Amino acid sequence: MSLDDVKTTGFKYVGTSPDRPDGLDKVTGRAKFGADAYAPGMLHGAIARSPHAHARIISIDTSKAEALEGVKAIVTRADFRDDLRGDHWNVLENVMAGDTALYDGHAVAAVAATSVLVARDAAKLIEVTYETLPHVTDVDEAMADGAPVIRAGTADKSVPEGLHPNVVRYHESGHGDVEAGFAEADLIIEDHFRTEATHQGYIEPHACLATLGGDGKGDLWCCTQGHWNVQKICSSLLGLETSQLRVTASEIGGGFGGKTVVFIEPVALALSRKTNRPVKIVMSRSEVFRASGPTASTSMDVRIGMKKDGTITAAKGVFRLQGGAFPGAPMEFTAMCAFAPYNLKHVKQIGYDVMSNRPKQAAYRAPGSPMGAFAVESVIDELCNKLGLDPIEVRLKNASREGTRASFGPTFQRVGLVETLEAAKAHPHYSAPLKPGQGRGISCGFWFNFGGETSVSLALSMDGTVQIVVGTPDIGGSRASMALMAAEELGIPYENIRCTIADTASLGYNEVSHGSRVTYASGLATIKAARDAVKKLCGRAAAKWGIDPEAVDWVDGCAVPSGPNAGDFDPMPIAQICKSMGRTGGPIVGHFEASPEGAGVSFATHIVDAEVDPETGKTSVVRYTVVQDAGKAIHPAYVEGQYQGGAAQGIGWALNEEYVYGKDGRLQNDVFLDYRIPVASDLPMIDTVIVEVPNPGHPHGVRGVGETSICPPLAAIANAVSAAAGVRLHELPMNPPRILAALARRD
Amino acid sequence: MHYHTPASFEDAIKIAAKATGITRFLAGGTDVLVQLRADMVTPDTLIDIKHIDGVHDITRTSDGGWTIGVAVTGAEMTEHPELAGDWPGLVEAMDLVGSTQIQGRATLTGNLCNGSPAADSVPAMVAAGASVSVRGPDGTREVAVEDIPTGPGRTSLAQDEVVTAVNIPARVAGGGDAYLRFIPRTEMDIAVVGCGINLVLDGDTITQARVVLGAVAPTVLLDQACGDAIIGTTLDAAALERLAKAASAACNPITDKRGTIEFRTKVAGVLAQRAAKIAYGRAQAGGAS
Ligand SMILES: Cc1cc2nc3c(=O)[nH]c(=O)nc-3n(C[C@H](O)[C@H](O)[C@H](O)COP(=O)(O)OP(=O)(O)OC[C@H]3O[C@@H](n4cnc5c(N)ncnc54)[C@H](O)[C@@H]3O)c2cc1C
Repeated sequence: MSLDDVKTTGFKYVGTSPDRPDGLDKVTGRAKFGADAYAPGMLHGAIARSPHAHARIISIDTSKAEALEGVKAIVTRADFRDDLRGDHWNVLENVMAGDTALYDGHAVAAVAATSVLVARDAAKLIEVTYETLPHVTDVDEAMADGAPVIRAGTADKSVPEGLHPNVVRYHESGHGDVEAGFAEADLIIEDHFRTEATHQGYIEPHACLATLGGDGKGDLWCCTQGHWNVQKICSSLLGLETSQLRVTASEIGGGFGGKTVVFIEPVALALSRKTNRPVKIVMSRSEVFRASGPTASTSMDVRIGMKKDGTITAAKGVFRLQGGAFPGAPMEFTAMCAFAPYNLKHVKQIGYDVMSNRPKQAAYRAPGSPMGAFAVESVIDELCNKLGLDPIEVRLKNASREGTRASFGPTFQRVGLVETLEAAKAHPHYSAPLKPGQGRGISCGFWFNFGGETSVSLALSMDGTVQIVVGTPDIGGSRASMALMAAEELGIPYENIRCTIADTASLGYNEVSHGSRVTYASGLATIKAARDAVKKLCGRAAAKWGIDPEAVDWVDGCAVPSGPNAGDFDPMPIAQICKSMGRTGGPIVGHFEASPEGAGVSFATHIVDAEVDPETGKTSVVRYTVVQDAGKAIHPAYVEGQYQGGAAQGIGWALNEEYVYGKDGRLQNDVFLDYRIPVASDLPMIDTVIVEVPNPGHPHGVRGVGETSICPPLAAIANAVSAAAGVRLHELPMNPPRILAALARRD
Repeated sequence: MHYHTPASFEDAIKIAAKATGITRFLAGGTDVLVQLRADMVTPDTLIDIKHIDGVHDITRTSDGGWTIGVAVTGAEMTEHPELAGDWPGLVEAMDLVGSTQIQGRATLTGNLCNGSPAADSVPAMVAAGASVSVRGPDGTREVAVEDIPTGPGRTSLAQDEVVTAVNIPARVAGGGDAYLRFIPRTEMDIAVVGCGINLVLDGDTITQARVVLGAVAPTVLLDQACGDAIIGTTLDAAALERLAKAASAACNPITDKRGTIEFRTKVAGVLAQRAAKIAYGRAQAGGAS
């Protein structure tokens, strides 16, 4: 067998669900999260934030704050680089306001003091004089004539003439002739949909501990999904040489995309540089809501034509996303994912990136995709209802398969949508009877998945055990998956392997843990690093036996002669080779570095039963089944966890979570009491079906699984709620007042 | 900030009378400490009343009623079978407050004196006809629960007054109570609408009814028209219809992040009907289950 062969069956370790390596640390409190770091002489930072949605900063008077005992330094925008442009300028502008506060909660100054309380009191004593400006927080209003301009001249070249200056990017894609396609339809439905911004809702607020000396050398500890990115951005914002800033990622209490960017880290570094002392900053929950990145809110129009037999003849979508006071709302992803599950001859999608006076949006699990699916899958559901067609049969009829030209351009390789639909159809849930007042909804969803820069090293110890060093923070159980893949390749038990997330000084650049890329890309690199190590192990055995290295195979953790012609030697176990490695050529380490490009796209189909109380508009999700293609589930229990987590977050987004802004443009619900994320008792047991259609681009067949799971829920729940309530819901969240209002309008 | 642990109510009011700035009594602290940490209210004086004799007791009075100490927690009420037998609606209302952790700290008195229009135990206490004993420099007075809150976050208590106990009347034969609230989730939320009802029956006919709404006006609403809608009836469909109308008509709500005017008005009627049915069933069963 060639070492580069793709193995998709006959696994020994892959596909089992051993105990998670971080489990004991986390249940005993030994795990160190962002806020668990302390340093001698450490100061505490606090941030003064704008109480206005939009206001010019006339002056900042820090004298009273500086006079407070225990205050060591105050920083404002003047303490950061003043020559940045482009993306990094936008990041800096968000981290610390320049001449204008752009949203409620925008940082305007920060203080370092000897205690948390003194720092907070001092932040209150910073006197900022504002001149308030007109504001806008709604996406449609922000695009309309006369809306206050957030920042003139931000629009890039993609934006057609004549649009409001708050429209800063434009996307158009598709193929065929949609008007010709609509002409072939027996029924066309067009509808308008809206979704509110939701927060990733990770349980751990952002926290960091920064040390930066006048010599430009620094250390930063923080909870992040990607510390090389933190290193790159922080060194840019502070004018440091990248390699002089070493960043270590803490254990992470959830990220879901929201920890792929920086907020407090550059501020802590600036305070540390000014005081020459370590500075720690921990956000409050209110700061997390007001000033870290929720997802975008949307306004969407979708038009789909269908024949009586269920064939979709044409589809068109317009997707407007508001991403806060900065460019970057993921409207192209919304547009590209919206129709991806379907094999369409005529399809067109348009996206608008719109600025408003809200915090800069950050990635949230399959950024942009769930909203588009909500609109598209709602219209398909309505078409099925009107034409009397089964929603799974219609989706099967139009499903994207291997060879389908995707709505966003490329041709799909081997994909598993049909398999998820077949599994959903066969699942007892789909045919289970419903009680009165209940409705069933289904939806498909799509996410691209991703590769990205990846670097892994795998070192063997003298006793034949193994240390894997990866650079992708473990946000979903990846340490267990890396160890399983390495165990498979090395033929040694899972327990003999420890996987560690290295700091930025220990490996080459690693892209952020996002895009569902870790099990794919770091997994691929781990497998290749293990194969590199195996080659070296075989080489040592060959040298000992005095035979050609090509004549040695690796079987069950031992070097063996590849056949009778190679010689008659007893198998040489890994521990024996490692014991003498110092004398036989030195340490044995496997490496792999690349930007793998074979990430496999992934599809899911969800089935939801919802019950609506017609007197109060309250929805209960009574049954939920996730069916998703994993390619290969390395650690099935973790994969199930990802499926369930996506569904749980989707339930919150669909039913009760939302950013509520007052007329004054201030966020009204900046605590979990009023930001209504589901509690455990709000959720049913979420059933999962793992479909495995191997990804040819990964040596064990892995696709990403973390993000696709949040793509179908909004639509699946909306379809179930609409069936249960007897009225179509077009706007999220489908909270009780909105459902009662829809029922009242119908009656 | 000054923190005191007086051993008597007398000392407590002396400290309160002398204090300047913002003063708070500390019962369970599930409002006080949360508001402190959230930077909403930073008291200058904190007077912990949990070290005073008797404040942890639930006592049966000679006339069959109950005296509930001002430090008695929700969990202690729920685990008191006789109290829960007499006043299931009141005990369930308190049990709705927060989570298991909160239940180990939160008190009826704190829930009342925090002054939230959405406080869960307050409509149930008012429905039960409960009062509080209030001690001030001139002695003790007894005040009906509905006369304590005067608006969101405000009460009729003077700076140097402290609540020393909650008094619940005796459960009469043929009586029954219930409390329901509407929240969009299943727990850990604040009432968008609350409704407490206490009924007394003669046979199957309602002779007394106290219908109380929460979270639909600046203070708790004890509405006579709601009671009148069902007194003299067997809670038949027509009576329930009248009750819902009266409850909706009594509302004077606002639109905020937790619900709209229209929603609160409609759901007040729905909850009144549902709570009335539960209270009626309990009253028929003898008021003791
Ligand atoms: C997570 C969470 C969930 C919650 N959920 C709910 C809920 O579902 N429903 C609900 O109604 N509330 C809820 N609350 C609010 C709170 O728990 C309740 O209001 C609780 O009953 C307050 O009681 P306490 O003993 O903790 O009061 P404290 O916080 O100790 O005091 C509250 C107020 O009462 C005053 N006070 C206390 N004792 C006296 C006294 N003897 N005399 C005069 N004034 C006094 C204090 O000065 C203060 O103003 C929740 C709170 C949290 C943190």
